[in-house]
Amino acid sequence: MHESLLAFRRRFYLWVALLLVVGSVVAYWYHDPQEPPNGGTLLGYTLGTVGALLIAWLALFGVRKRSYASTLGTVQGWLSAHIYLGLALIVVVLLHAGFQFGWNVHTLAFVLMMLVILSGVFGVVVYLRYPVRMSRNRGGAPRSDLIDELEDIDRRSLRVAGSLGADFHEFVASGVQRTQLGATLWDRFRGRDSSQILLRQGGETVMAANPGQDAALDWLAEQQSISGDAETVGAISELSALIRNKRKLLRQLGADLKMQATLELWLYVHVPLTAALLAALLVHIVTVFLYW
Amino acid sequence: MRYELIIVGGGPAGLSAAAHAGELGLSYLLLEASDALANTIQRYQKGKHVMAEPQVVPLRSDLEFSPGSREAVLAAWQQGIDARKVNIRYGAEVTALSGHRPNMELTLADGETLHAEAVVLSIGLQGNPRKLGVSGEERSFVQYTLDDPDEYRGETIVVVGAGDAAIENAIALARNNSVIIVNRRDEFARAKEGNLNQITRAIDDGTIACFYNTHVASVEPGSAIRLNTETGETHVECDRIIARLGAIPPRRFVESCGIEFPSDDPTTLPELTHHYESNVPGLYVIGALGGYPLIKQAMNQGFEVVEFLRGNDILPADHGVLESKFESLPFGTDVDETLDLIRERVPLFANINGLVLRELVLASELLTPVAGDIVFRKNDYTNSFMSILDGEVEIENDNGPPIQLGAGQFFGEMSLLSGRRRSATVRAGDACVILESPRRDIVKLMNSYEQVRRIIDQHFIVRTLRGGLAPDAPLEDLERIATRSELRKYTANDVLFEQGDTADGLHLIRNGSVSVSRRIGGRDIVTSYVAAGNYVGEMGLVGQAQRSATVRATVATESVFLSAAVFDEMLANDARLRERMQDTVKVRLAENLRMEAAPESGDLISFLMQQGLGEATDVLLIDETLCVACDNCEKACAETHGGTSRLDRAAGPSYAQVHVPTSCRHCEDPHCMTDCPPDAIRRAPNGEVYIEDSCIGCGNCESNCPYGVIQMAGAKEPAPNLLGWLLTGKGAAPGDRQPVDASGSQKKAVKCDMCKDLGGGPACVRACPTGAALRMAPADFVNLTKRVS
Ligand SMILES: Cc1cc2nc3c(=O)[nH]c(=O)nc-3n(C[C@H](O)[C@H](O)[C@H](O)COP(=O)(O)OP(=O)(O)OC[C@H]3O[C@@H](n4cnc5c(N)ncnc54)[C@H](O)[C@@H]3O)c2cc1C
Ligand code: HEM
Ligand code: HEM
Ligand code: SF4
Ligand code: SF4
Repeated sequence: MHESLLAFRRRFYLWVALLLVVGSVVAYWYHDPQEPPNGGTLLGYTLGTVGALLIAWLALFGVRKRSYASTLGTVQGWLSAHIYLGLALIVVVLLHAGFQFGWNVHTLAFVLMMLVILSGVFGVVVYLRYPVRMSRNRGGAPRSDLIDELEDIDRRSLRVAGSLGADFHEFVASGVQRTQLGATLWDRFRGRDSSQILLRQGGETVMAANPGQDAALDWLAEQQSISGDAETVGAISELSALIRNKRKLLRQLGADLKMQATLELWLYVHVPLTAALLAALLVHIVTVFLYW
Repeated sequence: MRYELIIVGGGPAGLSAAAHAGELGLSYLLLEASDALANTIQRYQKGKHVMAEPQVVPLRSDLEFSPGSREAVLAAWQQGIDARKVNIRYGAEVTALSGHRPNMELTLADGETLHAEAVVLSIGLQGNPRKLGVSGEERSFVQYTLDDPDEYRGETIVVVGAGDAAIENAIALARNNSVIIVNRRDEFARAKEGNLNQITRAIDDGTIACFYNTHVASVEPGSAIRLNTETGETHVECDRIIARLGAIPPRRFVESCGIEFPSDDPTTLPELTHHYESNVPGLYVIGALGGYPLIKQAMNQGFEVVEFLRGNDILPADHGVLESKFESLPFGTDVDETLDLIRERVPLFANINGLVLRELVLASELLTPVAGDIVFRKNDYTNSFMSILDGEVEIENDNGPPIQLGAGQFFGEMSLLSGRRRSATVRAGDACVILESPRRDIVKLMNSYEQVRRIIDQHFIVRTLRGGLAPDAPLEDLERIATRSELRKYTANDVLFEQGDTADGLHLIRNGSVSVSRRIGGRDIVTSYVAAGNYVGEMGLVGQAQRSATVRATVATESVFLSAAVFDEMLANDARLRERMQDTVKVRLAENLRMEAAPESGDLISFLMQQGLGEATDVLLIDETLCVACDNCEKACAETHGGTSRLDRAAGPSYAQVHVPTSCRHCEDPHCMTDCPPDAIRRAPNGEVYIEDSCIGCGNCESNCPYGVIQMAGAKEPAPNLLGWLLTGKGAAPGDRQPVDASGSQKKAVKCDMCKDLGGGPACVRACPTGAALRMAPADFVNLTKRVS
């Protein structure tokens, strides 16, 4: 229904970026300095300046993104430009440095820049891929619906467990209370289900890990096998069915949270590295002028 | 004894009247049904900031009133009536009133009768809570209101009722008590969606017990209730019974006093003289009951009515407002003369009550445009109603020479009735004077006066026909057709006609919208959505005699129905009509074929219609193939609107990756506007429905909007400096500002205004990094369907 980031305005900024790249390559080709190409030649200084300005502008995206009343283009337009020009930066800077690298702060700046760009590429890939997957995974419902449904299952399980006696009720209640999916952003990113449950084993109560409600289902299966009367067996199997449903929902929710976390987490690489890059770049520029 | 004056109802209007009666030395008595003064104000939320609108009108009362907390306002009144020793009797509900000046008799709930020469009714509009209506309904453990559900713990409580109030109470009480809800029907049909889900869930999982199809038989001594269930009578022991059965509107009581209303519509007001006297001599009506829904107006009338009773023909408090309104007019400034002149000039107002006309003019603007000025432009979204007092205007006409309208005629009714854009540009002629009235007041007038409604309806039909089906037909013909047409009303999902029916006529959709669907292979496929201003049913008339599709109202819809006979006559008189119709049919057939080939598109359209988007003018949609759930849209909304986001991105359903978030869709006929005391909800020329500062925070619009997009919100802490926040992280993150006033007493209604005061369009859309957020008019929904097919 709408243009994606890359397709924005018929890829206008792709053409701008290509122009910049082609321009730089052509200049590099024809430029014939006395010394081997490097940052100290006239072209080197020019491309270095272009690169530094680009980086400053790319970093300003964080400001534009939050200038909510700004009428300077749209955030989507800025991001589309950010992506294409950020990629063009690789060529501009390589040509600036004349492909010369060493163990120095200049190269550190370059490495940081490449890391920022790589993380950016990762970001764009997930931005383009995950939304559809998330929407399909949730089947069109908002996440809150999944959570409501989960709570609903919990309530129904508690009711069935109540009819089975105090032991069962305690067991289900502990499982409900200790269902935990992605407590931290990192857990969510790893898709970790850190649910636990209290189990009664040989008269003792032990805390067991319960990822995917496995421990709960195992315990129920065991109870079912040792229980004699049909009514109890029926109730236990009803309970198992509910908890299997819960497992399915937890998987769905886990996948949703995982994708959501991925969409957020890469920015925790992209942005701090941007800060590091800006610092290294400053040192680079200051040092080349000092040693001039 | 016989009082000179008895005042019924101790709200702001009654209190002010009583205070002034005391001041003037009348023998009087104020009767108040509840145990304290101003019951309506007592029932506001604790600490609520009470506002003193309208600001242009001065206060005229012996009691004080200035904006402040509910408590401060009540305390000032209490102190005022104590100091003046106002003669008030609490717990005195008047149940009957008869006679007229000077022999009026009032009966109280306890049977006592009182006598007075004149009576002022100031009982407001809140009505009295509906009682159980069975023996024992007044026992001490039965209550009809619930202030604080957390007050009760560990009790067994029976909640009677099936509306939102009953459900909300039951759910809140169930946290600490064992709750049984009693519903007369087999479902909770009247409840809002959210409440319905909550209560069915609570009943399913056993947190609340429910008796369906059950009536209360009686309330028994010793804390018990007897219920008539489907299977027989049962007896339930309980600690408390809370009955939430709604309020009985005061209308029936008022009519029983002999007061007449101009029509049966529940929104109509009693006819009053400009001294607030009803058709019953000696019986006066003031305050909210008389159609003045604000405290200051009510208090002013309390003062004025006593003066009038005394025979002092003082000028109303808003006299000065009218005088300054009339200043720029070429008619002289005498208020009464000008009002008479308006009535004389505009036949539409000929028979309306003087007080009503005065109110209408007070709410209206008087425009004196220079010749050639544009009064409104085609495609503007304004919905005011224009009456020409002097001079003339020129309506641009796509099909011919402009149409002239002169003094006494009106225009603007098309957008007013349909909720759609202006259909033509109107320019002022020489020396033109126009009375521009807000939609709300005209709608009220139409509801009250049958002939006003009839005249406006007729004009609407004639002008609609002229604008579309029959541009060349002579006016007389159109007028004849109009009288033979029929106005039909439908609620959402009603069928206008069914596939296979015989084609008996044509529907011009006047407001709302309809969907057209065809039954193909045993399944209904929606083939199009038809908005107000267009017609449906032409295919059956021009071609075959049977309906080729089913047409359903997507929302509340009105259509003007032209029977086949009328239509045939039109065809006979207008050779080109048949051609035009056939062209339309061709276009529709092509569209049908396209949609039938891709049934998913129809499914998407019907999904959108189920979300109520059939009455939208501009809706925020989210493309789920692009949305990364960063909520930058919400942050942008919050940060450009004082810290509170007016949209909830994640909430709401999706279909085919099109997500409809909870956000205002700027309805054609906005439900939120229906009951706003200061008339603070307006529509801007570009269609934005927005709330003005005069909002008094009553919350009516919040409950009237069926889409849950209005919130009551207070001011938020200021935003930190952006660069400072980015560098140091000090202050609240965007979209995360906390309320200044934790008690929430200064809340006003907030909703989307489509960023009409910012340049560049809606901030949510501009802030979306991936382009997933977009705003769209329903007419463009077809574009969405392309991607599904
Ligand atoms: C939530 C909310 C917030 C509002 N906020 C504001 C605001 O900030 N500013 C503002 O200007 N307006 C506000 N309003 C509107 C305002 O409350 C009313 O306009 C005002 O109360 C009308 O005054 P009244 O005297 O006509 O009627 P009411 O105030 O309704 O008073 C009627 C009185 O009559 C009594 N009564 C009823 N029937 C009988 C009977 N049969 N016998 C004896 N007594 C009877 C009632 O107990 C009541 O005390 C608000 C309204 C609501 C609902
Ligand atoms: C105002 C902007 C810039 C100026 C004035 C500048 C200047 C220079 C100079 C003078 C050199 C040559 C140093 C030498 O040969 O010892 C150089 C090399 C280099 N510059 Fe820049 N530069 C700028 C921006 C950048 C940017 C944005 C980057 C990338 C992050 C960058 C990365 C490098 C690298 C990798 C080298 C090669 C180091 C080496 O030879 O080992 N420069 N720059
Ligand atoms: C050196 C180059 C770059 C710098 C300095 C840079 C810097 C930034 C900054 C500061 C932000 C704002 C993050 C925030 O505040 O939330 C950002 C966002 C982003 N950048 Fe970069 N970036 C660079 C290159 C790239 C490249 C090459 C790509 C893609 C190929 C990219 C993709 C993104 C994306 C997708 C976002 C997230 C937008 C959002 O969700 O709002 N960046 N970048
Ligand atoms: S607030 Fe609600 S009723 Fe009012 S225009 Fe918006 S969606 Fe419609
Ligand atoms: S809360 Fe809504 S209905 Fe009440 S005054 Fe404000 S805008 Fe009007």
